[in-house]
Amino acid sequence: MAKVLEAFNIVRDYHIGGTLFGGGRTVHAVKGVSFSLEQGKTLAVVGESGSGKSTLARILTLIDRQTAGELKIDGEIVDIAKTGVTKAMRRKVQMVFQNPYGSLNPRQKIGDVLMEPLLLNTDMPAAERRERALDMLVKVGLQPEHFNRYPHMFSGGQRQRIAIARAIILRPSLLVLDEPVSALDLSVQAQILNLLADLQDEFGLTYVFISHDLSVVKYIADDVMVMYLGEAVEQGTRDKLFSSPEHPYTRALFAATPRADVESIKTRLAKKAALATT
Amino acid sequence: MPLLEVKNLTVSFDTSVGVFHAVKGIDLHVDAREVLAIVGESGSGKSVAMLAVMGLLPATATVKADKLSFDGRDLLNISDSDRRKIIGKDVAMIFQEPMTSLNPCFTVGFQIEEVLRFHLGMGKAQRRARAVELLEQVGIPNPAERLNAYPHQMSGGQNQRVMIAMAIACKPKLLIADEPTTALDVTIQKQILDLLVRLQAEHGMGLIMITHNIGVVAETADRVVVQYKGNKMEEAGVLELFTTPKSPYTRALLAALPENATGDRLPTITGFDFEEAR
Repeated sequence: MAKVLEAFNIVRDYHIGGTLFGGGRTVHAVKGVSFSLEQGKTLAVVGESGSGKSTLARILTLIDRQTAGELKIDGEIVDIAKTGVTKAMRRKVQMVFQNPYGSLNPRQKIGDVLMEPLLLNTDMPAAERRERALDMLVKVGLQPEHFNRYPHMFSGGQRQRIAIARAIILRPSLLVLDEPVSALDLSVQAQILNLLADLQDEFGLTYVFISHDLSVVKYIADDVMVMYLGEAVEQGTRDKLFSSPEHPYTRALFAATPRADVESIKTRLAKKAALATT
Repeated sequence: MPLLEVKNLTVSFDTSVGVFHAVKGIDLHVDAREVLAIVGESGSGKSVAMLAVMGLLPATATVKADKLSFDGRDLLNISDSDRRKIIGKDVAMIFQEPMTSLNPCFTVGFQIEEVLRFHLGMGKAQRRARAVELLEQVGIPNPAERLNAYPHQMSGGQNQRVMIAMAIACKPKLLIADEPTTALDVTIQKQILDLLVRLQAEHGMGLIMITHNIGVVAETADRVVVQYKGNKMEEAGVLELFTTPKSPYTRALLAALPENATGDRLPTITGFDFEEAR
């Protein structure tokens, strides 16, 4: 399989503060992360706030430039600090954000939301753009009559479907999803995860899935990368990582994840009963 | 006699498009030294029901109940000034977003001491000493120093600890925690949950955990109430709920957990009719 995404030693530093008289400091948000991802696969990036996972997402989606390191998308070297972002590059990478309420313009009709990426990045005629948008609405489980509605008329799950439709309407090779289900209810989460799986099968999409929820990661990922304070402390296939986590931070993460299986409830209740009698 | 007893509680809101029923006749009770989890998705009325108990709903809300009593006192026909003597003292509540529930203009020490001054009428030196002791109990290092910190100088997890310190300042008989860990990282979530459960056991409090997270239920609860669209779907011991869920809604909820995934796609919850589902 072709490698859609290759990253070598990606570094991102931010320079903060400083006054007329000097000072200021450098925050190393991402400290040399390397990975590669094959077409049609899902890489989950796991980490807590401050681990650099969202900074990494910004670099992968060409929103932010890397300070150092090499990024290859579809085999081509991408360095937006030197070349800027071309339309061809935009078409290759798209993103879905965490909060479906914040990522849609409240004054833009859904049809326009979906047609805008086509308008900006392709020279498709209007009639074709419209047809493509209607098509995409149905693909993500909405109705053609939703075309002329505004975002406030939709629920959180439906809005996330719209955000996904907007992201894949350009047929990108890489989709970066930053906590796409963490703002959603459990039942809606299941629907969106299913939708993502369906779309991956249909279009051969490659996902970088950023999450802090290990149960979701276990369900959706092929490969997992655990980030902590800007470093990739552990990476590997899902099965390997979940069966034998090696890094202490990964283990801490597993230990902290609430368990909803009957055995652990029994253990907890037994412990509690023992404490109560002593 | 239960610590908190609620019978046939209904809450409705007057809106411009008619009356909206958020809670439709719910019975529940909590005993002393018991952890009750109220679980449900957004719109299930789980928070609204508890805000009604606390008397914190806006004027547009109509609260009706056959019985609403706390520790033998009727909360339905209580005067506002009597209610203020109970709320924050014998019943305390902590909320989801610690950053927004603390006042950014005052130090955390001032905010903790305010509770002690108002409810217990403690003197200055006594308050300070008690505030230090409280911060120590909730696991904040250098408590005497941290009392002078403002909320923005602390992390989200630490702010939540401060909220918990405020809530337990007057040794309440009942603590209501509304999604206390939803805004926090998994590792911090674990610490906060452990802290709440430990304090609950040490102080012999009743604890109500409002959550949408099944894992949190499994990790903390003795007994569980499941809500859906303002109705109570099921009430059961925690082990019973996970081993033999009675309501189809609970079964669907458990099946939608990614860690329980058996096939390629997750089962989804669609259009539950309350009468049918019960």
